[in-house]
Amino acid sequence: MQKFLLAVLVDNKPGVLTHVAGLISRRAFNIESISAGYTEEPSVTRINIVVSVESENELDQVVNQLGKLIDVIKIVNLSKAPSIERELVMIKIKASKENRADLVSVVDIFRAKIVDVTSENVIIELTGNQQKIDAICEVLSDYEIVEIARTGAIALSRGPIPVKKM
Amino acid sequence: MRMNGAQAVLESLKKEGVDLVFGYPGGVVLKLYDEIYKMKFPNILTGHEQGAVHAADGYARATGKVGVVIATSGPGAANLITGIATANMDSVPLVCITGQVASHAIGKDSFQEVDVCGITAPITKHNYLVKDVEELPRVIREAFFIARTGRPAPVCIDIAANVFNTEFDFEYPEEINLRGYTGENTGDESSIDAVVEAVEKADYPLIFAGGGVVISETSNVLREILDRLGCPCTSTLMGLGSIEPEREGYLGFAGMHGSYGSNMAIQNCDLLICVGMRFSDRVTGKVADFAPNAKIVHFEIDPAEVNKNVQVDYKVLGDLKWSLPIFRDKLNASATDFAKKFNSWRAYSVEIGNKHPFSYKPDGDVIKPGALISKISDLCDANTIAVTDVGQHQMWAAQFFKTQAPRQFLTSGGLGTMGFGLPAAMGAKLACPEKNVVLFTGDGSIMMNIQELATIADHDIDVKVVIVHNNILGMVGQWQRLFYNHHYSASELNLKRDFIKIAEAMGVRGYRLTKAEELEDKLPEILFSKGAAVIDVIVPQDENVLPMVPGGKRLDQMVLN
Repeated sequence: MQKFLLAVLVDNKPGVLTHVAGLISRRAFNIESISAGYTEEPSVTRINIVVSVESENELDQVVNQLGKLIDVIKIVNLSKAPSIERELVMIKIKASKENRADLVSVVDIFRAKIVDVTSENVIIELTGNQQKIDAICEVLSDYEIVEIARTGAIALSRGPIPVKKM
Repeated sequence: MRMNGAQAVLESLKKEGVDLVFGYPGGVVLKLYDEIYKMKFPNILTGHEQGAVHAADGYARATGKVGVVIATSGPGAANLITGIATANMDSVPLVCITGQVASHAIGKDSFQEVDVCGITAPITKHNYLVKDVEELPRVIREAFFIARTGRPAPVCIDIAANVFNTEFDFEYPEEINLRGYTGENTGDESSIDAVVEAVEKADYPLIFAGGGVVISETSNVLREILDRLGCPCTSTLMGLGSIEPEREGYLGFAGMHGSYGSNMAIQNCDLLICVGMRFSDRVTGKVADFAPNAKIVHFEIDPAEVNKNVQVDYKVLGDLKWSLPIFRDKLNASATDFAKKFNSWRAYSVEIGNKHPFSYKPDGDVIKPGALISKISDLCDANTIAVTDVGQHQMWAAQFFKTQAPRQFLTSGGLGTMGFGLPAAMGAKLACPEKNVVLFTGDGSIMMNIQELATIADHDIDVKVVIVHNNILGMVGQWQRLFYNHHYSASELNLKRDFIKIAEAMGVRGYRLTKAEELEDKLPEILFSKGAAVIDVIVPQDENVLPMVPGGKRLDQMVLN
């Protein structure tokens, strides 16, 4: 399976996310993550989808099917263009006085941040590409993870040309 | 102009050239129906919302115009679903207007509330929920544009009840601003050059016409291309009528119950030129072994259809209205004498086909379905519209009815919807009052929307309803006979139903034919009498539709008898 990050520009209208997500599920495509948010244009929403496909042909199918949705303005496969990819994760870990120092050193090594501390736990925040986030999750599995929230990957193309002009 | 939302809907429909809608009133569309009453807007009240949507579908298939259906919220809208899915699978343009509960009541599980946009998203090209009357003209304009341009399909407009009552300044927009959709489908001309070269190199080309030829109204261009090439040709079920059946080299339709000649030609050809089709599993048989010796060309408007089921070697993306004339002109400009080159291959394909033509074995007094449909085909003029339901009779109609022109064989091909036939035939007759409309249905299918007999009686809609009556759900029975040890589980039909009485009770004349000679003595008179009639034709229970490509088999592994 190969993963690709698609930047999908859509009209900022009610129901758009349903159309996009519904299409992906009913065509039996696999998505790793999906996230959506406002953009520099108020009328446009950007949906970031990481799809996992068997072949380039299946990827074409995803893109062509998404392209048929009336609300979809533009689809760019950012995995095939020079681009910067980031994901944000927050991890809540059980932390006592005894192991807190250990945790802080892991956090430092990954250049993560501790954003909340209580007497029983800490919340760690990290931004990075998916491998880096997978790596910190792996290391932290030695501790007792209470819960994890990940945003899914987003990406921007490098250089001056935005996705809408690609 | 100052008006309310209900008036705005009807004014917008007029602007779109709609002269007839099919619909069923109810709570939240009372205001809309009040304006229909005041404006005397033509509305056909059907017996069921499903009847209304299939009627709009038949109207659209017969004309190419957008069919319009109106239903109320909740159950009214939900009853449209099968019809919308049917139209969507066969690329039929519809605009479905549904009432929704008032804006403030949405999402509260209000009386007769259902999430129309949620339910219809997978079976429409697009849908809208209108909560603000100011949006209404733009939405209706866009809906018609989206439904009829590109690859046609249904669009739903769900309108909150309060919108119908709200007054505003109505203005119908000229311009359409859709950033993600142009409706234009012009492709890359060099892709056509590559196909012309492939045709020049080919020894055994075959043209395969799909429903896209019918929809794009390019059958004349396709016929000119066939004149030039002189190669054999076939069609899908949905492509029936795009090629005239008498054409030398036309092998009949292909696929699961298609002709031996077509299926063998697909397996034997070295260049398969597919025009406006989507490689349905009913057409390909075992997909890995489909056209194993051929380079495949795909002329197609919808990029998502290319390489979806079958990998192709040449694609020509774009509207057939754009691509086929260019293809024709480029072929005409070629130095190759195609007709001479392909003459023996065409003759060979025809000869193979003639070994096992569509046929039936006469059996004394008994009426064979093939004989019935052949007879009707012979009696009907070239402008007759044949409509079918779904099942054995549908395949027999496809095999034995000689459809002469596009938009004259209306059938639920993709979804295979039993109950489609009667309302669709009604819609087709209303759309084309000058044409004869014959419905072929079964004793199973007809029961699924039989209430529409009352509608055709009420509105004097002259449809001849031919029930191929075998006392079984024939296609289910055929599979049970062939693959399930004759276990006729839930497929045998009760012998007590009397279609003549049902017809008469609803205000339609009913006739019964039981003997072969009645096809000569009685049938012509009934067929050409004025007004709707049900013709209940008793046929044997155990007749199979043949040939047949069993599930998972190659096209050349047909069961012949």
